[in-house]
Amino acid sequence: MPTCTAKEEQVLWKSSVHSRGSYNAAIADQTANLAIRGLLLFLIGVFLALVLNLLQVQRNVTLFPPDGFASIFSSAWWVPPCCGTASAVIGLLYPCIDRLLGEPHKFKREWSSVMRCVAVFVGINHASAKVDFANNVQLSLTLAALSIGLWWTFDRSCSGLGLGFAIAFLATLTTQLLVYNGLFQYTSPDFLYVRSWLPCIFFAGVITMGSIGRQLAMYEYKVVQEKTHQD
Amino acid sequence: MTVREKLRQKISAGFYWHGLLCASYPVPIILFTAVCILTCCYPLLKLPLPGTGPVEFTTGVRDYMVPPQEPSGDPGERPDWYRGPPVAYIQQVLVKAAVSPWDNRLVPVDAFRSPLGRVFSLLDEIRNHVHSDSSGVRSLEALCLQVTDLLPGLRRMQALLPEHGCLLVSPGNYWQNQRELFDSDPDLLRTVQQYEPKGLHTSATLKDLLFGVHGKQTGVSLNSRNRVVTYTITMALRHYDVRFLGSLRSRLKQLHPSANCSLREEHMVHVHFKEEIGVAELIPLVTTYIILFAYIYFSTRKIDMVKSKWGLALAAVVTVLSSLLMSVGLCTLFGLTPTLNGGEIFPYLVVVIGLENVLVLTKSVVSTPVDLEVKLRIAQGLSNESWSIMKNMATELCIILIGYFTLVPAIQEFCLFAVVGLVSDFFLQMLFFTTVLSIDIRRMELADLNRRLPAEAGMPPAKPGPLRPRETPPPPRPSPHTITLQTPAFRNLRLPKRLRVVYFLARTRLAQRIIMAGTVIWIGILLYTDPAGLRTYLAAQVSEQSPLGGAGLPHLAVAPVFPGGDPTGTLNVLPQADPTPALSENLSQGGRVPPAPDPERSSAGVSSSQLRVLHCESHVLCRRYISILPVIPVTFHVTPREALETRHPQDTRHAPPLQTDPSPNALPHGAPVQTDLTLYKVAALGLAAGVLLVLLLFCLYRLLCPRNYGQNGVQHGRRRRGDLPCDDYGYSPPVSEISPLLLRGHNMDIECLASDGMLLASCCLAGQIRVWDAQTGDCLTVIPNHGLRRCSSSGGWEHRDGWDAGAVTDLETLGGAEGQDAGGAGYPVRRRAAPSRPTLFGDQPDLTALIDTSFGQQPPSQAPSASSGFDFGGLVERAYLEHEPSVSPVFSAPPPQPVQRRRSLGDQPMAPTDWDSAVWALELRGNLIAAGRSSGKLEVCLWDAVEGSLRCSNEDGVSGITALAFLNNRIVAARLNGSLDFFTVDINKPLGLLQYRGGPGRGSMPPSPCYSSDDVISCQLTRSVQCAHQKPITVLRAAAGRVVTGSQDHTVRVYRLEDSCCLFTLQGHSGGITAIYIDQTMVLASGGQDGAICLWDVLTGSRVSHVYGHRGDVTSLVCTTSCVISSGLDDLICIWDRSTGIKLYSIQQVLGCGASFGVISDSLLVTGGQGCVSFWDLNFGDLLQTVYLGASSEGQGVRQLVVLDNAAIVCDFGSELSLVYVPSVLEKLD
Repeated sequence: MPTCTAKEEQVLWKSSVHSRGSYNAAIADQTANLAIRGLLLFLIGVFLALVLNLLQVQRNVTLFPPDGFASIFSSAWWVPPCCGTASAVIGLLYPCIDRLLGEPHKFKREWSSVMRCVAVFVGINHASAKVDFANNVQLSLTLAALSIGLWWTFDRSCSGLGLGFAIAFLATLTTQLLVYNGLFQYTSPDFLYVRSWLPCIFFAGVITMGSIGRQLAMYEYKVVQEKTHQD
Repeated sequence: MTVREKLRQKISAGFYWHGLLCASYPVPIILFTAVCILTCCYPLLKLPLPGTGPVEFTTGVRDYMVPPQEPSGDPGERPDWYRGPPVAYIQQVLVKAAVSPWDNRLVPVDAFRSPLGRVFSLLDEIRNHVHSDSSGVRSLEALCLQVTDLLPGLRRMQALLPEHGCLLVSPGNYWQNQRELFDSDPDLLRTVQQYEPKGLHTSATLKDLLFGVHGKQTGVSLNSRNRVVTYTITMALRHYDVRFLGSLRSRLKQLHPSANCSLREEHMVHVHFKEEIGVAELIPLVTTYIILFAYIYFSTRKIDMVKSKWGLALAAVVTVLSSLLMSVGLCTLFGLTPTLNGGEIFPYLVVVIGLENVLVLTKSVVSTPVDLEVKLRIAQGLSNESWSIMKNMATELCIILIGYFTLVPAIQEFCLFAVVGLVSDFFLQMLFFTTVLSIDIRRMELADLNRRLPAEAGMPPAKPGPLRPRETPPPPRPSPHTITLQTPAFRNLRLPKRLRVVYFLARTRLAQRIIMAGTVIWIGILLYTDPAGLRTYLAAQVSEQSPLGGAGLPHLAVAPVFPGGDPTGTLNVLPQADPTPALSENLSQGGRVPPAPDPERSSAGVSSSQLRVLHCESHVLCRRYISILPVIPVTFHVTPREALETRHPQDTRHAPPLQTDPSPNALPHGAPVQTDLTLYKVAALGLAAGVLLVLLLFCLYRLLCPRNYGQNGVQHGRRRRGDLPCDDYGYSPPVSEISPLLLRGHNMDIECLASDGMLLASCCLAGQIRVWDAQTGDCLTVIPNHGLRRCSSSGGWEHRDGWDAGAVTDLETLGGAEGQDAGGAGYPVRRRAAPSRPTLFGDQPDLTALIDTSFGQQPPSQAPSASSGFDFGGLVERAYLEHEPSVSPVFSAPPPQPVQRRRSLGDQPMAPTDWDSAVWALELRGNLIAAGRSSGKLEVCLWDAVEGSLRCSNEDGVSGITALAFLNNRIVAARLNGSLDFFTVDINKPLGLLQYRGGPGRGSMPPSPCYSSDDVISCQLTRSVQCAHQKPITVLRAAAGRVVTGSQDHTVRVYRLEDSCCLFTLQGHSGGITAIYIDQTMVLASGGQDGAICLWDVLTGSRVSHVYGHRGDVTSLVCTTSCVISSGLDDLICIWDRSTGIKLYSIQQVLGCGASFGVISDSLLVTGGQGCVSFWDLNFGDLLQTVYLGASSEGQGVRQLVVLDNAAIVCDFGSELSLVYVPSVLEKLD
C-alpha cells in the first residue's frame, strides 16, 4: 500500500531528525530540568520553613532578635532562604548520589508516598512543638524513634541514612555556631546551646527533602528512558 | 518457615472466602456496614460540638465571692478560667405583661402597645433607684458598665444603642427611651421590624438584642395567640453589689408583684468564652490539611481500570473517614474523652491509617484475569494481597504500640485512637470497600461485555496483500487523500447542538461548579451581612491591638468593644428564654403553679445558633468570663381600659375586620384564620414553584434527552456543492482530491451489483452483465443477455469486432480524441469507461505491443455461428457504440487467449427464448458469476481475463430467483415461491491447479479459488427446501456457514450451509422481512416492513434487542462492532448503539437514496446522495466529506452503494457506475 510506505517513511524521517537533534536537546533539557527542580525544592523548603517556624514561635521555642520582618515572618528574614537553599541542595544531592551509586531509588516511588512522608514530617514538628513531654530526654528519644521510623517507612536506603546523619550533624553544628554568635537563641537549651531534638528534626527533614527530590528526579529519569527507547 | 507458610496459606484462603462472600451478597453487606458505622458513630452525638463554644459554670448566689486571681484549693470543681472578677455582671429584669381580661373591643395592636409602654416607667424606676445604707448612697450610675463609644460595625444602629453612659438595653431603645416618641409612633411593628435584616440569618438580630428573648417569644405581633408580651431590661454592672441589687429586686417585686413566678434565685451562671484560634495558628493546620488533600489526591489518582474512578475514590475516602469517626465514637463509648484538638490530629491520623490498602486491593483485583467471574476475581485479588495487607497492618500496629509506651499522655491518646482507627479501617476495607469494588467491577463487565467480545472475535484479518492475480501493478493514481480522524477526546460530537451543550456541561462539570461557587458566595454574603460575623472581624482587630487577656484591663479599652458584643451574647444565653412559655401559661390560665423550670437545665438547651453568636463574641471576652445574675421577674396586668387609653388613633386601621366582628367566638378564630391564610399562600406558592420546576425539567428533558426513541433525530442538512464541511474550529478538510471514476457501458439502468473486492459485476435492465476491474475501473468482460449472445455472431458484433480491429490501428487518433473529450468535459472526473488510454499505456507498455500483434493477426477469424433474429440488445448496443466511440474491453484483455473472447459461448447450448427473463440476482465469487433470472434459471458464468462464458446453468426451478448467496463452492438460491435451493459448484480441474487469491479484505469472504477456463464446472442441485417460507423470500444472506433468509411471511430462518438444515425460525417481526445482515461474527440483524429492527443471537436463536426505527420498511442494515446502521423507506439513516439499542443519531437522506449506504471501516460511513456520496464519521456523526460524482448527474440519486475491500465504493446512479476511491482512513489512536 502506498499509504503505508509513505507513513513508514515519514516515521523514519522523523526519527532520524529526532536522533540528530536529540543530543543537543537532551543537554539543554537536563540543565533546564535541574534548574526547575532546584527552584521547586527551594520553594518547598521556604514554605516548610515558614510554616514550621510558625509552630515553633507559637510555643516560644526560639527567640529571634526583634526585627522589622519578625512580625510578618515570625522569624528572621534569613531563615527561610537558608532552609530553601539547604533543601534544594539536599533534594538535588539525593538523586545525584543514587546515580553515582548506580541504582535509582525504587522503594515507594510515588507522589502519594511522598506526601505521606511530608505529612509525617510536619507531624513530627507538630509533636515537638505542641505535645507536653515529661522531660527533654523523653522528647528527644521519641522524636529520634519517629525519625528513624520515617526513614524506615519511606526510604530504607543506606545512602539516605548516611546522608541524613551527615547533614543532620552538620546542620546541628551550624545552629550551634549561629546561636553561639547570638543570632538567635532557644528559650530553654538543653543540648549545649540548642534543643536536643534538633538533630532529629534535621534528620527527618533531610529524609523528606530527599524523598521529594528523588520523586522530582523520576520525571527526568523517565524522560531520558523514553528518549533512549525512541532512539 | 513452615509455620509462616501455613499461616500465609490460611490467611489467603480466609481472604478468598471473604472475597467470595462480599461479591456474592453486596447489598446486605453494605447495609450491615452502614449500620455498624452509624452505631459506632452514635456516641459522637453526645460530644460537644467542636469549636470554641462558651463554657458555663454555675455557682450559688448566696455565698458568692469574687474568685481569687490565683487558683487555690480544690481545682477540680472550678474551671481554671474561673478566677478574678468577671468582665461584667449581667442583671436582667424579665417583664411579662398582658392585657387582661381581654375585651372584644380591643384590636390586636392593643395586645402589646400598652404592655410595651410600661417599659418606660420601669426604666425610670430602675434608673432612679437609689440604695443608701451605712456604706453610702449607690445608684445604677455608679455601678453600671460605662459605655463610651460604639463599635464601627454598629454605627447604623447608633440611634438605638446606648452610646454614652450606662449599658442598659431594653425595647425602649427603639424609641430612644422616650415615652413621647412611643406614644406618637403610629406603627409599632414597623419600627421594630425595620431594623431586622432580610434573608436568612442564624445569628441574633437587633430585636433579639433589645427584647432580650427570642423574637418569637416576645409576643409582639398581630397574631400572637396568648397575648402575653415578654421582654427584658438588661443592665451590665461592673461591680457586684449585693445590697443594691437586693434592694432593686425587692423594690421591683414590691411594685409589680409576679405572684406565681417560680424562677429560682439562687444560681449564678458564669459564662466563659474560650480563646479563639488566631490566623497564625491556623497556618500550620491549613498546611497539614493541604498536605492531606495532596496525599488523598495522589493516592486516588492511582486507581485505574475501573468503571468509575471517582466512585471508588469516594469510597476509599469514605472508608478512611468513617473509620476515624468510628474510632472516636468507640473511644468515647468506652469512656475515653478526647482531650486532643480533633482538628489538629485528624490529618495525621488519616496519614497513619492511609489509603494504601485500598489501592493495593483495587490494583490486585483489577489485575486478575478479566474473563473470570466477578466473584472469583474479587476473591483472587483479595487472597493475592492478603499476606501483604496483614503484614502491613501488623507492622503498623507494632509501631503504634511502641508509640504507646512512650508514656506521654498526648501520644498515648493519639496511639489509642490510631489503633482503634486502624482496626476499624481494616474492618471497613474488608467489608465496605471490597463490596463497592465488586459492584464496580460488575458494572464494568456489564458495560464492556458487549463491546469487547465481538471486537475480539470479529477482529478483521490483516490487510490483504495485493489482490490481483495479474502481475501488473495498479496504475498509479493520485495518492489517496487522507481523512484524519482525531481521537475522540479532542473532538466535539457532531451531534445535535443541545446535546453538545449537555456534553460540554457534563465534561466541565459546570453545574457542580456553579452550585459550589454559589454556595461559597452565599456563605460569603451571609458572613458579610451577618452583623455578628462582621463584629467578629472587627473585634478580632480590636483585640489584636489591645490584648484583652492582660490582667489590668483598662476600662476604656473594654468599653468600646463591649456594647456591641456583649448584650447579644448574654441576652441570648439567658435561661429565661425557655421558661417564658411556662410563665405565659401561668398568666393566661391564671393561678396554677407549674413545676419550677430549672435555669441550669434550660440553659443547656441553648440552640446552636445562639452558641455561634456567643462564639463570635469570644474575641471580646478573650480568656475572661461574665457572670449572669438571677433575673428579676416583673409582671404587669394591664386593664382593657388602660389599653384603650393608650391606643394610637391609627392602630384601629390595622385590623378593622376583627373589631367589626360581633361574634365573640370570632376573635379566638381570627388569628388562626390569618395564619391559615399565610399557610395557604405559602402552599400555593410552593405548588406553583413545583409545577414550574416540573415544567422546566420536562422542557429540559425534551430539549436535551439524547434518547429520542424512535423519532427522527436531527436532520443534517446536506451540504451543497461548494459548501465545505468544516468543524467547529473552522477547520475544513482540504478540498476533495477524491475524483470518482465513471464506469460507463450499460445502456439501461443498472439493476444488480455484485462484487468480491477485486471484480465488480453489474447487470442492467437489459440483462447485460459487465465485469469491471474494481481497481482500475476497466471493463473486463461484457456478458450480454442470452438473446444478445445469440446474435453476437451476427453482423452487429462482426461490425463491432471489425471496428475493434480498426481501433487498434487507429490507436493514436483514438487516444487523441479521448484526450479532447476529457478536456472538453471540464470537470475533474476521469472517464474510464472506455479503454483507458494514456495512463494504461504508461503503465503497461509491454501489453500494448502484445495487443497490437494479436489483434492484428486475428481480427476476422472469429467464427460466426449462424443465428439470426431481432435483438433489441444488439440494436441498443450498436447505437451505443455509435454514440460513444470508445468501446470497452479491447485493451484490457491480456493477449494469450484472444481467440476465446466471447465466441467461446457459441458451443454452449443456449435457451432460445429467455431473452425476456431479467436478471434478478447476481453474485460474484472468485471468477464465477452466478446470476439468478426471473425465469428461475441459475447461471454460473466463468469470468477470467478474457471470457465471460457461461459455464453451467441450472434450470430446475420454475419460480424466479429472488436472491442468491454464493459462499465457498455453494450457491443458495431463494425463489419467489418461497423455496430455497442449494447448489454445489464442482470444479474438475484437469491440471489440478487451484490457485488461491489473496484473502479479501474485510474478512467477510473466505479466500475463493480461482477457476481457470480449462476447468469443467458443474453446478448441481444438492438440496431443495421446498417450503422454506410460505411467501416469497425477499432477502438471503450467507456468512459464517449460515444462510439466513427473510421472507414476507414475517419470519427469518437460519440454515446451516453444509447440510441445508434449518436451525432456527426467528419470529418477532410484524411485517415482511426486508433487510438482513449477518457477518462472520455471527451477528444477525433483521429489519422488516414494520420498521422494526431485531438483533438476534445466531447461536441460540434468541432475540437480543428490538427497536422500532423507521416509518416504513427498513431497506438496508449494516452492523459494526459498536453500532447498527439502518436505512428505511423514510429516507433516514439511523445509527443505533448495538448494545443498548439506543438511537445515537440519524441522517436524513435525499429522497430515493435512502438505502444507499455502506460502512467502510468501523468509523467511516458512506451515504449516497443526489449525485454525490458523503463520508461520515460514524462515531460522532460528523460529515467528513462529500464527493460529487459528476457535473451532469446532479439530479440523479445514488441508488445503490457497494463498498469494496480496497475501500473503493461503487455507486450506481442510473446507467452509470461510479468508482470512488475512499481516502485512506487514518485513525489517530492515542
